[in-house]
Amino acid sequence: MNVSNNTPQILIIGIGNLYRCDDAVGILIARKLKDIESDRIKVLEQSGEGTSLMEAWKGYDHVWIIDAVSSGALLGSIHRLDASKESIPSKYFSCSSHNFGVAEAIELARTLGQLPEQLQLYGVEGKNFQPGEILSPEVEQAMELITGEMMQQLSSSL
Amino acid sequence: MKKKTKTIKVDYLARVEGEGALHIKIEDDKVSDVKLKIFEPPRFFEAFLRGRDFREAPDITARICGICPVAYQMSAVHAMENALGMNVQGPLRDLRRLIYCGEWIESHVLHIYMLHAPDFLGYEDAIRMAKDHKAIVERGLKLKKAGNEIVALLGGREIHPINVRVGGFYKVFSKKELSVLSENLKWARDAALETVRWTAKFPFQDFEQDYEFVALSHPDEYPFNEGRLISNKGLNINIADYEKNFKEEHVEHSNALHSTLKGGGSYFVGPMARFNLNFDRLSPLARQAAEEAGLKGVCNNPFKSIIVRSVETLYACDEALRIIESYQEPDRPFEEAVPCRGEGFSCTEAPRGILYHRYKIDESGKILDAKIVPPTSQNQKTIENDLWHFVPKYLDLPQDKLTWQCEQAIRNYDPCISCATHFLKLDIERI
Repeated sequence: MNVSNNTPQILIIGIGNLYRCDDAVGILIARKLKDIESDRIKVLEQSGEGTSLMEAWKGYDHVWIIDAVSSGALLGSIHRLDASKESIPSKYFSCSSHNFGVAEAIELARTLGQLPEQLQLYGVEGKNFQPGEILSPEVEQAMELITGEMMQQLSSSL
Repeated sequence: MKKKTKTIKVDYLARVEGEGALHIKIEDDKVSDVKLKIFEPPRFFEAFLRGRDFREAPDITARICGICPVAYQMSAVHAMENALGMNVQGPLRDLRRLIYCGEWIESHVLHIYMLHAPDFLGYEDAIRMAKDHKAIVERGLKLKKAGNEIVALLGGREIHPINVRVGGFYKVFSKKELSVLSENLKWARDAALETVRWTAKFPFQDFEQDYEFVALSHPDEYPFNEGRLISNKGLNINIADYEKNFKEEHVEHSNALHSTLKGGGSYFVGPMARFNLNFDRLSPLARQAAEEAGLKGVCNNPFKSIIVRSVETLYACDEALRIIESYQEPDRPFEEAVPCRGEGFSCTEAPRGILYHRYKIDESGKILDAKIVPPTSQNQKTIENDLWHFVPKYLDLPQDKLTWQCEQAIRNYDPCISCATHFLKLDIERI
């Protein structure tokens, strides 16, 4: 889509699987932010399949992606990466079952010149990716923190 | 003489959907062990479904896989309708074929362009391939989008579609709404034809096996949702007899169950099986493209599955256009499903092959028992068999090249490990 003054400029993408415990965090944050959708702000849920991500962010200048990560850091840690400035290690967002996932989409888009002007990644360190519908308490806390932080950023940008 | 042993270990198998491990052991220049490992328990969703309402099965099972949610929805609704004695026909049936066309296009194109083609062209991945073949990668992305658009419209959204229900759809579309898809699909059909021609020129390993191919077969159409299960070695059964003819075995090295034909051993499901068993029911355009690509109706070389996937992509574009052209909006979006005690069976053709669902429900529609057999667990033994025969031909290759060859041989099957389990770590070990 083409962005103009009366279409959304900010795209928020929550990634994950609701039935994989901590992996749901991206989707749950997206749902919390859904109410603030406006002409300028769009909120999407995605599974993390890379080419669909590339399609979704087409035309947007500012894109925020929220996903669960498993990097060995402290459970509930929040990782913030500016993908418009730095490469994303391919194993970083490997919680997803997709081999062509978030990191691959970002790097392919960089190669093809299809990266949004600003692309901010929020990774929440998860631990339990077993089938189920329960979030680790630390991940739940991180979810509240990120949601609040985003709400604040969005309201100050309006 | 001292015994010479070599181990190939690949702890992480790249470019497959999910994570897996492959372990191959070579002793005295002979393969002595091949293990494709899958770690996670696959049965969770079956347990998760027990006690749920029969109407929830399509949406819950769709979450098993982000690549083929439509397949899970289609197998779930057909099994439930089978249990309830329903038979959905007319435009609703056509719409189900149409949404499946969308999923085949999405899934096949992702595998052809992003996961498999780099093997044939000598690139580590699609990102490196894109540096030299920008226009081709862009064509792949655009072609995939044509499939996404079908799923997004009919499914209500692109990822985890929510518009499919037992009896039909929550919402159906006017002819005008569907016609919007046609313009991109006409471009996609041309691009798919180019894809067949492009992949046909790849260098292929000389590797053929005597497989037993298993696929659905319908008298009038290339199969998606209906038909009998047949093979090239005499199998011809109703879906309800699936479990009488196939068995699942636990093997120590994998959490996914190995499926075999009772008394027959391993078998092969997916695009090559469908193609070989249903060649004459492809559209004339797809058939002609296959013949021009050198496939005369039977293909026994799994490396050429990339051409077959391209032919099926072409067919899916062609079939989608045919359905949209002849579509008449139905009177209502679904047929009412009235719960009753029963058992239902279904097999549909997921992009990677037959996906079997069986459910038992009580008189209130509560699910008592569920069984799901995804295509990748059915191909798992065949993949291992391929490696047993394939590796000895390439023993002279350096370790890294042999490892790559093995990974490519696995990718022939487009294994969707997120269906068979969630994570598959591939660990190829050479001793």
